[in-house]
Amino acid sequence: MSTFILISVLLLFMVFAYQIGKKRVLQTANKDHKKLHSLPGYYGVYIAILCGLPALFITGIWLSLENQIIELILLSELPDKLRTLSTGEINLLVNDIRNVASNNISSREPSEPVLSAALRYNQLRNISFVSLAVSCLVICIVGLSIGLKKLNPSMRARPIVEGIARWALLIASIIAVLTTIGIVLSLIFESIRFFEVVSPLEFLFGLNWSPQTALREDQIGASGAFGAVPIFAGTLLITLIAMLVSVPVGLLSAIYMAEYASSQVRGIVKPVLEILAGIPTVVYGFFAALTIGPSLRGFGDSLGLGVASESALVAGLVMGVMIIPFVSSLSDDVINAVPQSLRDGAYALGATESETVRQVVLPAALHGIVGAILLAVSRAIGETMIVVMAAGLAANLTANPFEAVTTVTVQIVTLLVGDQEFDSAKTLAAFALGLVLFLVTLVLNIIALVVVRRYREEYE
Amino acid sequence: MSNNFNESVSELKPDLSEARLRKRYRAETRFRIYGIAAILFAIGILALLLGSIVTTGFSAFTQTEVALDIHYESTLFDPDGTGKFVPLSSGNYRKVVRKSLRDLFPEVTKRREKRSLYKIISSGADLSARKYLLSNPNSIEKTKRIWIKSSADIDSLNKGKIKRIVAESERRVKNNQILWFDKLSKENRVRRTFNFTLFSAGDSREPELAGIWGAAVGSFLTLIVTLALSFPVGVMAAVYLESFAPKNRWTDLIEVNINNLAAVPSIVFGLLGLAVFLNFVGMPRSAPIIGGTVLALMTLPTIIIAGRAALNAVPPSIREAALAMGASPLQAVTHHVLPLAMPGILTGTIIGMARALGETAPLLMIGMVAFIVDIPKSFTDPATVLPVQVYLWADAPERAFVEKTSAAILVLLVFLVAMNLAAVILRKKFEKRW
Repeated sequence: MSTFILISVLLLFMVFAYQIGKKRVLQTANKDHKKLHSLPGYYGVYIAILCGLPALFITGIWLSLENQIIELILLSELPDKLRTLSTGEINLLVNDIRNVASNNISSREPSEPVLSAALRYNQLRNISFVSLAVSCLVICIVGLSIGLKKLNPSMRARPIVEGIARWALLIASIIAVLTTIGIVLSLIFESIRFFEVVSPLEFLFGLNWSPQTALREDQIGASGAFGAVPIFAGTLLITLIAMLVSVPVGLLSAIYMAEYASSQVRGIVKPVLEILAGIPTVVYGFFAALTIGPSLRGFGDSLGLGVASESALVAGLVMGVMIIPFVSSLSDDVINAVPQSLRDGAYALGATESETVRQVVLPAALHGIVGAILLAVSRAIGETMIVVMAAGLAANLTANPFEAVTTVTVQIVTLLVGDQEFDSAKTLAAFALGLVLFLVTLVLNIIALVVVRRYREEYE
Repeated sequence: MSNNFNESVSELKPDLSEARLRKRYRAETRFRIYGIAAILFAIGILALLLGSIVTTGFSAFTQTEVALDIHYESTLFDPDGTGKFVPLSSGNYRKVVRKSLRDLFPEVTKRREKRSLYKIISSGADLSARKYLLSNPNSIEKTKRIWIKSSADIDSLNKGKIKRIVAESERRVKNNQILWFDKLSKENRVRRTFNFTLFSAGDSREPELAGIWGAAVGSFLTLIVTLALSFPVGVMAAVYLESFAPKNRWTDLIEVNINNLAAVPSIVFGLLGLAVFLNFVGMPRSAPIIGGTVLALMTLPTIIIAGRAALNAVPPSIREAALAMGASPLQAVTHHVLPLAMPGILTGTIIGMARALGETAPLLMIGMVAFIVDIPKSFTDPATVLPVQVYLWADAPERAFVEKTSAAILVLLVFLVAMNLAAVILRKKFEKRW
């Protein structure tokens, strides 16, 4: 909370500096606007930037590094006995200290060193905050005085301010790149730590997945196995079922809408289909678990089929429904982009409408449809809530859609939700799975883009 | 020549063109039917989904209440009998509530029976009794009729969700409880009222005391953070890419990157939040500020793409006119192009926000699934959001949470529909053809 106050104080300072700058430059020019190089507001902004921007910048860096530095100091001050613990236990200890320091309920009764460390932690945080606030103030005042000294009517305030604004724009557009880099780096770092424990070959080709690792040395029967093949197979199975639902339905409805439907029908049906895309996935998950799951199970029982209530079929079906609008709207776009002259040519040769669609329009739109399907596959692989709520947890290696299977996203969620220590192979495995997920979806997206671009038929 | 050839062919083979034509027309009809069937399938599933949620969720908006005649004895506030009165707020209200129940059914004497009698009313009954007394302090030593929430099981019985024909061992409400309940309703002591708790309380382990207000406030705070971060950054990035970026390899890289980021599975953003914001930066776990930051990164590509499309739709003549009047390039954009593109950008932003509002998976990674009873008050308080509340309730073992889940979904859908409608109206109202 105090950080919010600090930042708002800094922003107030900036407003204040803006007013001072504007007034001061008008004074030095004797209220004669013609003597100024730029509009008076630019001088104000110039002063405000000099006053506030460095301080805000330093606050940002300070806050993002503060935690790491405090942790380092804490660890270096711990009694020797505690310092020799394994990294996992040290992480747990730091968590305890933090919990005690913020008066949360900690996982165990705090010991003497933890209590004193918690006090020290709070003390360090206070020191850090006070020094941050003081240095911000100093920087503000220094910036303000430098700016005011430089201020004169012939100063080229507008180009300077605009130069800074352009940098800000550039930085804003780089944030997206930074996000990608952050994703890649965090996934890779944690995965490397995972692969130090479990060999990549075992992870990629092992047939047995049971990530429960022993927390204590003497625990029996929980050595953990990290062969991810059953998970990949389960993901593929559910994705396949989803595609079997969404591709025919999506494609056929797109064709109908583009080629047959009157504009009134289109005006109603299109938004209705788009509602399907707007429904949160957690709602689909609930629908699958509450309605589709039990009814499919009852249906299977009446046929004498043993359908598990968390079968791959349920998750796949509902996921397929979720993806329908995705396939249909993308295909609709490419079908509409096929020039009318091609259709007219086919009609002139005596083809019926469906023959035209199948033999002329679809081949011409094929690149876009393939791209749409690839994007839909990547969406299905990355979908989380439906499978978390409707698919199983146990990693079965099976191709039977009536059995429960698990997926990459389900495993990530189950491994990371709830109590966790951040260094066991169990939690790190989630990052390895995340890396696989990220790479697969990335490759699918890139292939989709390439397909759409390279095989585009140019009609002019 | 060709005439001869045709004649010779028709002599050799029977004329099948009629049959072929019929076949082709049948194929045509079939094809159309497939299309219609596909659309009907999609619409049918949508109707089934909405229908099942409305039918299960509608009853959650009412709550069964039971009238009890509570006698507020003064000894309630003098637990030791020493004349040292405790404040009104800390009296033993559970005792008076239970006593009033026992008075209604004097025949119940055995301990086990008593216990199942108490289960008719909610475990939060003493709070309602206390609340009544605190607002009517002059009712001490008087008997007042107070409407108190029934327990979730009795509520389900009253709503017909627990069937009486089911064998006793298989339903959660026992036979004697049904008898008591029937007696209460015969005495007009049972009613169904609007469930205010659903809209004013935080989460609870007891279905009848659980509400979505905590999650709604959490969603609101999270969305504010998301909007505050992603809107300015997104607009700035869109302006840069559309108006100032040089056409070179780096700009291409940024563009490709933004498009790819839009297709990254949302759960991967959760992993990013866990590894970077939670473990490295040390942001508070489960708080709206970290949830909002993660969702902001997720919605950023949507806003940038929508923003670029909107900026691109503004005709270049506007910018050129501004430049000709002596505006600097930045002034031309900020004073003229950007305001004209704003409706389009806002539409994209609202759609992005709607998606962020419905997003669950990344928030699971950063601890927003915790069981949180308190209503969050600031950006750093532990909180949960509406979709995560739906997920939590869907997982809860109590049957009564099923209708609460559907009700929470209905509220969520209302918000989403409102946001999307706002986007549509905005687009319709300000859409310009240049």
